[in-house]
Amino acid sequence: MSAHEDSHSNPGSQQKEELLKHEPGGDPPRNGITRRGFLKGAGITAAGTALLEGVHGFNTAAQSTDPGVKVLGPGAVPVTLSVNGKDHAIQIEPRTTLAEALRIQIGLTGTKVICDRGSCSGCTVWLDKMPVNSCTMLAIDALGRHVTTIEGLSEAGQLHPVQAAFVKHDALQCGFCTPGMVMSCAALLESNSHPTEQDVRHAISGNLCRCGTYARIFAATLDAAGTSRKA
Amino acid sequence: MNAFVLADCTTVDGALSQLKDGAVVKAGGVDLLDRMKNGTAQPEKLVNIRNIPALRGIEETDKGLKIGALATLTEISEHPAIRKQYQILSDACGSAATPHIRNMATVGGNLLQPVQCWYYRSADFQCLRKGKDLCFAFNGLNQYHAIMDYRTCPAVAPSSAAVALFGLDANVELVSSKRGQRVVSIKDFYVHPDANPTKFAVIEPDELLTAVVIPKPAAGTRSAYQKYGEKDSFDWAIADAGVVLEMDGNICRKAIVTMGAASPVVRRSAQAERELTGKPITEATARAAGKAAMEGATPLSMNAYKVDLFPVAIYRTVRLAAGQMDRDPRAAG
Ligand SMILES: Cc1cc2nc3c(=O)[nH]c(=O)nc-3n(C[C@H](O)[C@H](O)[C@H](O)COP(=O)(O)OP(=O)(O)OC[C@H]3O[C@@H](n4cnc5c(N)ncnc54)[C@H](O)[C@@H]3O)c2cc1C
Ligand code: SF4
Ligand code: FES
Ligand code: FES
Repeated sequence: MSAHEDSHSNPGSQQKEELLKHEPGGDPPRNGITRRGFLKGAGITAAGTALLEGVHGFNTAAQSTDPGVKVLGPGAVPVTLSVNGKDHAIQIEPRTTLAEALRIQIGLTGTKVICDRGSCSGCTVWLDKMPVNSCTMLAIDALGRHVTTIEGLSEAGQLHPVQAAFVKHDALQCGFCTPGMVMSCAALLESNSHPTEQDVRHAISGNLCRCGTYARIFAATLDAAGTSRKA
Repeated sequence: MNAFVLADCTTVDGALSQLKDGAVVKAGGVDLLDRMKNGTAQPEKLVNIRNIPALRGIEETDKGLKIGALATLTEISEHPAIRKQYQILSDACGSAATPHIRNMATVGGNLLQPVQCWYYRSADFQCLRKGKDLCFAFNGLNQYHAIMDYRTCPAVAPSSAAVALFGLDANVELVSSKRGQRVVSIKDFYVHPDANPTKFAVIEPDELLTAVVIPKPAAGTRSAYQKYGEKDSFDWAIADAGVVLEMDGNICRKAIVTMGAASPVVRRSAQAERELTGKPITEATARAAGKAAMEGATPLSMNAYKVDLFPVAIYRTVRLAAGQMDRDPRAAG
């Protein structure tokens, strides 16, 4: 687990309750911020609906009348996050990382937080099809994008080819790095269906595996791509 | 991480109107979240510039290249024109951090990341850079610190992109609502800690970095950057080199050699450049350049290895820029 047990990334259950206590409430939209206005301003399509009614303002004096500015927080804000093809209405504070929103608010704990600092890629998810470290970005920055987590990779109960190849090649030991590894390898195949081993090495160069299963991860990914292992 | 208010902006003017009373810019957030999780930064308000379309994009003009502050390291490293004509920059952006971080990290944030000294990054150490009067690195763990140009703070220049931009004579565009726009040469952008340890760059708290502008390279220009780390993949450089060569047939008319992990601000090595200028690029001249770059090096107690490593990094990067060697498989990226 993270060395930073006391950080916001691992709030205790009490803190979690505190987080969830913030109700959308009946605050009127401030400064004429309507839901539609925010969506337009943030360049977010209706598909990635972000509900802004009841935003907890910081300090009325600090609010802006500029149409190019929307002030959120510090309390929880109701938003809708699109994850694995489904819209999730959740409450997040601006400081909530994407990993926290996924694990704590939505309960998708397949995404692992290991370093919480961008150094291990254990928390890899896709923003649209782009792999990112969910510990190192704010959940708010994922609004309007399609998030895919390890839970969303299989289709209709059918393992994704990379997942199946990991099983076949026994490409894991403790398994803690595996969700991130699979997401990185599957993202590679999305953009390059015939990778070389060098391509796989490059794609997972940010993913750390303490158990040292790299060789099998390379083999599994190449197998999933249907390419034979090159030198 | 402390709770904060987020001003989500979609225009430059909107963002500038929010930059007051200690509000801090957030681009990708990679560096800022790191410092907030560590407790070394506790801003009450973040100004989110990530949704400002005007700060995005990479544009080729007749004068050169204009890169929006929000261009990601991935976008820069994969841009066809940059790969072709500004290889030093695609190399540098493509070897910084990890693939996934490069997808989020912006060039503006990369240039403005404060030093990565572990004392600086920890809330337990209050050093010169945080306005106190002590540096912990001189008598502490200093294996990643500077070997040149330091008197007060030996933490090294952290940005890989900056090592390339010094080689390309880039300018950065800054704008504030009170003072309007100004254009600053990358050479004048960073503040040396001997002059002011708490200020990393000349940018003011009410200013935004909007773009990086790079002049078109002269005909016959070839360039490269390579980064060496303790690991092959992520982590900042322990030695790195940027090389720009203006070639006239076999002869090098003008050479620029830059280093990041040697000193507190990116260093252009006049000594190394002298060994290449007016000469053919050969194994011998490339080696001489690497050796000359270390003239005057004064390593700390734990980093004398860098004095051996930099000449190799420079030698190999000179040969790579000249097209005489392939990319070093031991280099990061
Ligand atoms: C594991 C790891 C390895 C890394 N290795 C490397 C490496 O090898 N080489 C390297 O160069 N970097 C490396 N990095 C650093 C990384 O590249 C930077 O953290 C990233 O580029 C910061 O960009 P950002 O957009 O996320 O910035 P943010 O975190 O959003 O901002 C960083 C700082 O810049 C300010 N800022 C950002 N944009 C603007 C703007 N437009 N105007 C005014 N102020 C602004 C912010 O206020 C903040 O202080 C590494 C990071 C990690 C986590
Ligand atoms: S090297 Fe610089 S940043 Fe590190 S402890 Fe010394 S003064 Fe602080
Ligand atoms: S947990 Fe996100 S990179 Fe390590
Ligand atoms: S399988 Fe244990 S860390 Fe990778």
